[in-house]
Order: sequence, then structure tokens, then C-alpha cells
Amino acid sequence: MAQPTLKIEDLHVSIEGKEIVKGFSLEIKGGEIHAVMGPNGTGKSTLASALMGHPKYEITGGKVTFDGQDLLEMEVDERARAGLFLAMQYPSEISGVTNADFLRTAINARRGEGNEIPVMQFIKKLDEKMKLLDIDEEFANRYLNEGFSGGEKKRNEILQLMMLEPKIAILDEIDSGLDIDALKIVAKGVNAMRSPEFGCLIITHYQRLLNYIKPDKVHVMMKGRIVKSGGPELAERLEAEGYDGLKKELGIEDDEVVEQEA
Amino acid sequence: MATETKGLHYDASYIEKFSSSRGEPAWFTEMRKQALALAEELPLPQPEKTRIIGWNFTEFEHELESKAVDSLNDLPEYIHRLIGKEEQAGNLLLIHNGRLAYQSLSDDLKSKGVIFTDLETALREHGDLVKKYYFAKAAKLDANKLTALNAALVNSGLFLYVPKNVEIEVPLQTVFWQDHPDAGLINHVIVVADDNSSITYVENYLSTEHEGSQVANIITEVYVGDNATVRFGGVDQFTKDVTTYINRRSYVGANGRLEWALGQMNDGNTLSETFTSLVGDGGVTDMKAVSIGHGEQRQNFENRIHHFGRNTESDMLIHGVQLDKAQSIFNAITKIEHGASKSDGEQTQRVLMLSEGARGDANPILLIDENDVIAGHAASVGRIDPIQLYYLMSRGISRKDAERLIVHGFLNPVVSQLPIEGVKDQLTEVIEGKVK
Repeated sequence: MAQPTLKIEDLHVSIEGKEIVKGFSLEIKGGEIHAVMGPNGTGKSTLASALMGHPKYEITGGKVTFDGQDLLEMEVDERARAGLFLAMQYPSEISGVTNADFLRTAINARRGEGNEIPVMQFIKKLDEKMKLLDIDEEFANRYLNEGFSGGEKKRNEILQLMMLEPKIAILDEIDSGLDIDALKIVAKGVNAMRSPEFGCLIITHYQRLLNYIKPDKVHVMMKGRIVKSGGPELAERLEAEGYDGLKKELGIEDDEVVEQEA
Repeated sequence: MATETKGLHYDASYIEKFSSSRGEPAWFTEMRKQALALAEELPLPQPEKTRIIGWNFTEFEHELESKAVDSLNDLPEYIHRLIGKEEQAGNLLLIHNGRLAYQSLSDDLKSKGVIFTDLETALREHGDLVKKYYFAKAAKLDANKLTALNAALVNSGLFLYVPKNVEIEVPLQTVFWQDHPDAGLINHVIVVADDNSSITYVENYLSTEHEGSQVANIITEVYVGDNATVRFGGVDQFTKDVTTYINRRSYVGANGRLEWALGQMNDGNTLSETFTSLVGDGGVTDMKAVSIGHGEQRQNFENRIHHFGRNTESDMLIHGVQLDKAQSIFNAITKIEHGASKSDGEQTQRVLMLSEGARGDANPILLIDENDVIAGHAASVGRIDPIQLYYLMSRGISRKDAERLIVHGFLNPVVSQLPIEGVKDQLTEVIEGKVK
């Protein structure tokens, strides 16, 4: 399989007429794990949602290609079938649809008609991944995210990631609201995915997650774009100094920060 | 088109002849004649917000040909699939065009005194018992023109009686099947669970003729004795050319429990009323009903629960999907009478609109005449949540399939509760066919 590439060039994203992402550029390749860090309200989640095609966000400029194809021209489901995955910060609850039915439908959507996954193979794979993520068996028959705790929802996002095996995954604050044990399990799932055919963009506020998933590159996002890039040592510096030190170094004022949630 | 003023084609001498041809007891013939006179006089029911003037309730063939079935293997595939398999099999009644076509009841249930037969046979063999429950505490003959019409012209029916202290695990199933282009199914179902008994009953209404003008006039009476439990599952599936009046009514004794799971999947105009009366103290009802309106269908669903006894509990969940240019009215009425203290009545109605041209209206009504109670309602009419769609599509599922998943999930509360796999699968298939 070829090494996947997601290339974001000078991306601008608005919501309700207000520009949130202001010229974001980044290239992610298979085998790489990138982390985008930054204070609240700098456009990290907006970036993630816009890449997936969230209906609320409007792309006002720039270009995104996924394996050479124009990502922004694709419908949400086409992006997913092309191999893009977003682990969401606030996954939807779908009543009456079991996790297992949903996952099978999603897998078959990617495989296409006439090439559906055999039921036994599906069950085996699901059992295996659930075991790895320390998820109870009855989880498969619960309705999709309905009544799930915050931690269960996050784990379910990672279960979907592992079942769908995308080429590029974006994890939007997958660590928020997780205790240390849950965090380790989530990291275990992501680490199990590591391969030259898989690239990952981790969006996080804290360095904590990066202790368990070692990134190749760390980028700091402020005011809608990357203001500094480096290796894992950049995350450690932020953990020690907070964002204020970096702001001072780069001469960035705090006043324009806007809180945005997907 | 028939109108309200049009007279009926039947007179007392026709009724007498029809009744005697079926060997009915005198009291029943007399009731028919009285009802016929009432049917001429009484007005049609007046459902809230749905105009039924012009609906055909009276033009139909009353006497139809039907044929007995020797082996279930002779049945068309779509009926065969409905029927319980393996441990769910063995207790079945098939009514074809109003007459008993096939019957089986396990020796075990027979020996326990369970009666499970068509109304015609029950009237001949257990007349006094039928009399006790026919248009008795649950349903009134003189409620309106259509209830009277039912009593006057009943040509089909079921009688299920479970004696005291008999608990039955396996489901009992009835299939009402009609395949005549102008059939009039005037049907009366009686389900009785005497004190301390328990039963699961599932009924399927199925019409398979698409060219004609059919009528279904159905009255169901469910009696839940003290400490008895009835799980009542139903899937209605009349074709577009059938105008349906279906009135399911129940009477629940002290500490009785009645669970409704209804899939109301008719393709034609439908006037439906489901009524539960919690009479004894401590009675409980759990009612779930789902429906889909499509094409130019007009439907009215009135779901009503009355609390009379103390410490009675009710929970109502009504989900409806509206497609194309369908129009449906959903009225949910929870009434807590004076004296029904410590009672709890909850209701939820949700209508999911899948097209611009469809209309749906959910009216929650709580009528409380007692202070010491809990009651609540929720009602909503809306489209599919775009964020839910986005979530499903972000996993590679197409918009159409995502919508289908959401609709199946929305109607699942009833599907998941039906006790026979074949009926469950069939309801899922019907839903699939309608949202395609």
C-alpha cells in the first residue's frame, strides 16, 4: 500500500462569518504522528472539523489534498471512504442503532457492495479490538453512544478507529475528561495502529497524552495558524512554561482569543 | 365516494340470515340488530384535526370466500415467514378473509384450559364466556357509528382466554390475512388474561390486494385480570386501498400489567385509537407504538391512558416517521382521575419529518384531577439532526444509509420488543421498504 499524504495549504475557515482558522499549513504522511497543541480557542477543533467536512464550518481559502485528490470537493462520507478519520470531541448519540450494527454498516460502506465483511470475521475483529481497549462485551449491543460516559465515548471513538483502519486519523482532544488509566488505554489503541500506512494528527491542549503517544512533530497553534514547530521537546517545554512563555517570545497578545466548540 | 349521510346496505333480515348461517347464539343476533339500528343513527367518530369525511367506512363486500389451509407449507412465502419457528411455533391462528383457515394450539395449553380460537367457533362453543367480555368493560358498542357497525356486521374475530393462574411463556400468534379487492374486514378481537395469569400475544394484519376499495373495522378488547400480565404485540400492514378504523381498548385490574408494542405500518388512511384503562390499584401499562406515513396517506393516532386506581403507572412512547406528502396527527392523552393518588403517568411523542411536503402534529395532553401524582410529557416534531448525519457520514456511511440507520433506530423501541423473530424481521423489512 502506498504511503498516504494529507497536505493542508494556507487553509482559512470561518463559522457564521467569523474567521477562526487563518492560514494553516501542514503535511502529514503515513508513519508520522503530529501533535497540534495550543491554548483554548485558537482554532484547533475548528481545523479538525473543517477537514472532516462539518456542515457548520465554511472554508474560505486554501487547499487540502488527500493522496493528491482535492479533499474539500468531497462529501463527508467520501472523505471517510478515502481513508480520513476524525475521532470527535463530542460524538453524537444515535438511539436504537447498536454499536455493532453501526460499525458493520460503516465497514461495509468502505468495502463496497458485493464485498461485505463476513459476519464471523467482523465479530472476531470486534472482539479482538474491544479486548485490547478493555471494553466490556455488552458494549457492542448498546446503542451508539447513548448513555455512554465521557470516557466510554472516547474509547468508542478509538474502537471505531481500529475497526475502520483509516489512512490518516485526526484525534480531536481525545484526552479531555479521561483519567490516567483511560488515557493509557486510548494511547495503547493508537499505538497499535502505528505503521507506514497510517498517519495521525493529535489535537490536544495538554502535553500529558504525548507521554503515551510519542509524536514525531509538535506544532503550536495560536490565532488560527501554526506559530512554532519542533520535535517532542517542544511539548515538554510548553508543559514546563505554559503557553505564556511562547506567547511572549513570539509577541502574541491574548485579546482576540475566541472560544469555539465543534 | 361514500359520505356520512349514505345509508347502509344491510337490514335486519340480512343480519338474521347471516347470523343464523354461522350458528350464532340468540343474544348475539339480537345485539347485531340493535347495533345496526344504532349504526344508522350514530355519528362518525370525530378525531382531532383529521377530516375523515369522504373516507370509505361502509362500502365493502361483507361475505367473502375463504379457504382452509391444510399445511402451513401451502401458504404464500410472505405469510410463512411471519410465523414463529422452533420454540416460538405451535400456537397459531390464521384467519383468511374473515374465516378460520388454520389453527394450532399445543396440547399443554389445551390441558390448562386455554381457549384460542376464532370468534365464530368461540360463540358456538363458549358462548357464555364470550358474552362476559364482548363489548363489555373495555369497549362500548354505542361509542360511534363505527363501533356500532362493528357489532352489527362483525364477520371475523378472535377469542383468546387464559384461565386463572396459568402462565404462558411462548407467544400466541394470530395472522389476519385478506386478499379480496373489496374486502370488508369487520373484526373483533378479545384477549382475556384471568387473575394471576400471563400471556404474550402477537397479531399481524395483512392485506395483499392492491386494486380495490377495502375496509378494515377492528375492535380489540384486552382484559388484564388482577396480578395478570399481557404482552400485546401487533403489526398492522394494510395496503393503500384499505381504509382502516382500528380501536384497541383494554381494562387492567389490580396489579395487572399490560405492555403494548404496536407497529402501525398501514399504507392507507388510518384512524387508530388505543386506550388503556388502569382500573385496579397498582396497575401498570407500558405502551410503545411506531408508525410511518408515506405517499398521500392521512392518519390519526389517538393514544389514551386513564388512571382510575391508586398507585397506577403508565409510560407511553409514540414515534412516527413522515415521508412524501403524508399527514399524521398524534394525540396522546394521559388522564389521572380523582382518587388515583400516587399514580405516575409519563408520555413521549416524537415525529421525524423526512420530507418538505409531509406534515406531522404531536399533541400532548395531560388531564389531572388528583393532587398527589407525578405526570410528565414530551413532544417534538423535527427533522433528522444534521450533526447526527454528519457523525454517521464521517464513518463513510452515505447520506441515504445514514438516514435509514437513524430511522430504524427511531422505530426500534417497538421492533426490539416484538417477541417473535419472524414478526420482528418482517417489521424491519416493512420499514426498510417504506424509507427506501
